[in-house]
Amino acid sequence: MTTSTSLVYLIALPLAGAVILLLAGRRADKWGHLLATALSASSFGAGLYQLSQMLSRPTEERAVTQKLFTWISVGSFNIDAGILLDQLSICFVLLITGVGTLIHIYSISYMSHDENRRRFFAYLNLFIASMLLLVLGDSYLNLYVGWEGVGLASYLLIGFWNQKPAYATASKKAFVMNRIGDMGLSFAIMIAFATLGSVSFSGVEEASHTASQATLTAIGIMLLIAAAGKSAQFPLQAWLGDAMAGPTPVSALIHAATMVTAGVYLIVRSHFIFDAAPTAQLLVVIVGAVTLTFGAIVGTAKDDIKKALAASTMSQIGYMILAAGLGPAGYAFAIMHLLTHGFFKAGMFLGAGSVMHGMNDQVNMRRYGALRKFMPITFVTFGLGYLAIIGVPPFAGFYSKDAIIETAFNAGGIKGILLGSTALLGAAITAFYMTRVMILTFTSPERWEKDQHPHESPWLMWLPMVILAIGSVSTGYLFTRGDSLVHWLSPVFGEHEAHEEHFLPVIVVSGLALTAVLIGVSIALVKYQFSDVDAEAPQDVSIFTRIARKDLLQDTFNESVFMRPGQALTRILVKTDDKVIDGTVRLVGTTAIGTGSALRKSQTGFARSYAALILIGAVALIAGIWVVTQ
Amino acid sequence: MSPYNYLYVAGLLFTIGAVGVVVRRNAIVVFMCIELMLNAANLTLVTFSRINGTLDGQIVAFFTMVVAACEVVVGLAIIVAIYRSRRSASIDDASLLKR
Repeated sequence: MTTSTSLVYLIALPLAGAVILLLAGRRADKWGHLLATALSASSFGAGLYQLSQMLSRPTEERAVTQKLFTWISVGSFNIDAGILLDQLSICFVLLITGVGTLIHIYSISYMSHDENRRRFFAYLNLFIASMLLLVLGDSYLNLYVGWEGVGLASYLLIGFWNQKPAYATASKKAFVMNRIGDMGLSFAIMIAFATLGSVSFSGVEEASHTASQATLTAIGIMLLIAAAGKSAQFPLQAWLGDAMAGPTPVSALIHAATMVTAGVYLIVRSHFIFDAAPTAQLLVVIVGAVTLTFGAIVGTAKDDIKKALAASTMSQIGYMILAAGLGPAGYAFAIMHLLTHGFFKAGMFLGAGSVMHGMNDQVNMRRYGALRKFMPITFVTFGLGYLAIIGVPPFAGFYSKDAIIETAFNAGGIKGILLGSTALLGAAITAFYMTRVMILTFTSPERWEKDQHPHESPWLMWLPMVILAIGSVSTGYLFTRGDSLVHWLSPVFGEHEAHEEHFLPVIVVSGLALTAVLIGVSIALVKYQFSDVDAEAPQDVSIFTRIARKDLLQDTFNESVFMRPGQALTRILVKTDDKVIDGTVRLVGTTAIGTGSALRKSQTGFARSYAALILIGAVALIAGIWVVTQ
Repeated sequence: MSPYNYLYVAGLLFTIGAVGVVVRRNAIVVFMCIELMLNAANLTLVTFSRINGTLDGQIVAFFTMVVAACEVVVGLAIIVAIYRSRRSASIDDASLLKR
């Protein structure tokens, strides 16, 4: 393992930006956004430098570590705060800093009218630093610090416009649901520490070879809960739609490209645990499959462009989780889809932001239409992202999604057929709802409200969109050319011999996937392009549509199963506290007061009655002594 | 004469004193009754000193006298002060401490 002293700059640069911007206050309003963007870009530069260093070394020496300081040292138990940069981390570092920098550039223009722009950039830098810490930590404990950091940044940014109570509530909801996941992660760390005696990745990996099945399954399930919370996977998915309350660049960076994929990173990074715990791995697959269908169905019913994209994010991360649950065959594809998704989904969110920018912050797609003519650059970049996400060759999503569908089919037996079909179905629904978004926004007749003057966004906004669109077009091809990404990642996951016996030939799977996409696109075309779209969402719809519009009743479920019983429990506890505990305390008080006022009656203030009492007392005492001693 | 007779006298004196403290209202009389009880106690001490043939009781009797003298000084001063301010020597009139 090579060591290095320059890894810390990756994290330190954006962190310094956050600290400076937050401490400098209003003084930094003029140059804060520029500094933040520059620091994010320099972190990206540092990442590129590390990549070049890595490429210049032979494969087995590519992973680099740096010990920062001794964090905890108790007897024989030592935890160092250390950085681990290997083939897996570098992918994330470049994605986070690269997409992050583009979104910083975009935000300079997008947030230019907001008086709190400096604070926004401080939070963005804080997010970049935390996310880098998350993917660069060399132990679960270090990862946990970054994990909480991104949770904080996400909370702050969702609630950035917290003067609107609904937005403040959305940020709180995201935070609370994330806490459930965080609890899973902390339990996983505790179990690992208690049973395996280590919390570092290398230590846990080593100990996992000899650990019992039950331990590994427990850790695996806890890690899955953590991943579900952070990545908005079933059953902790309800927060992501509301998280769209944040400014659109935030949705693009945190709630599409990077933070929500942290769960995938966690599972892939813990591959040694899931490989040895088939039950936990099966649960991962189930969660992935359920979420990818769930998100896709919700996506078909949303009229809010950002919420439709959020549902799509949920669904696409479902694909990644599914791939990560398929074991060594799927890890690399999960990461590949994560990276391509980072490009096209961030690009599409920025496109959505650009549309909102031109439409007075209107988010209802039923009030869009015909924007192709007014926003050509947004249309083209969004369109390229669209082609990538539905999986049209040769765009990025085709390669990564196809690989996942294929791996799912090859999982073997009934499981393989079920998973493969689910993934195919998901692809068809994805094609449908993304085509719907495209048509409603760009190609259908206009249905604007009054006083709308759609216009193309300034170059600071479209430039990042163009770069991300180029990524959406090219990354899939680049990653699969000669299996480059799979080979690049193989030292992390161990060599994996390719499945020789395919359930279905590759060409058949691709054909099936394309057919599914075609079906989805055609239905959407018939329904929205070739027939009129109402400017108001029709209300006389089937029960299924109504349920889908309500996010498949996820909030209703949470409210009736957790929130209301929880509130009832709190009320009971408050009452218990009031009646039993406070009651006891009050009883002691009233007893003392009662006794006191009863005894006070004997205090007449007449000296003679006191004297009489003393006399009676003395006589009684003497009589008592006399009786006892007699 | 049996020394026990002194004890009877002392008991009688003490009883008179105690009853006087409880039933009389005049502060001066109450004060005298207290002195009566002190002297009854003194008499008892001296008698037991005699019966037991030791000097302890007589020593304590001296102490009692000293304390009683001090008490008389302070007590009479208080009674005079109260009389000056309230024109009354009845101890039932000085009952404001209960509030």
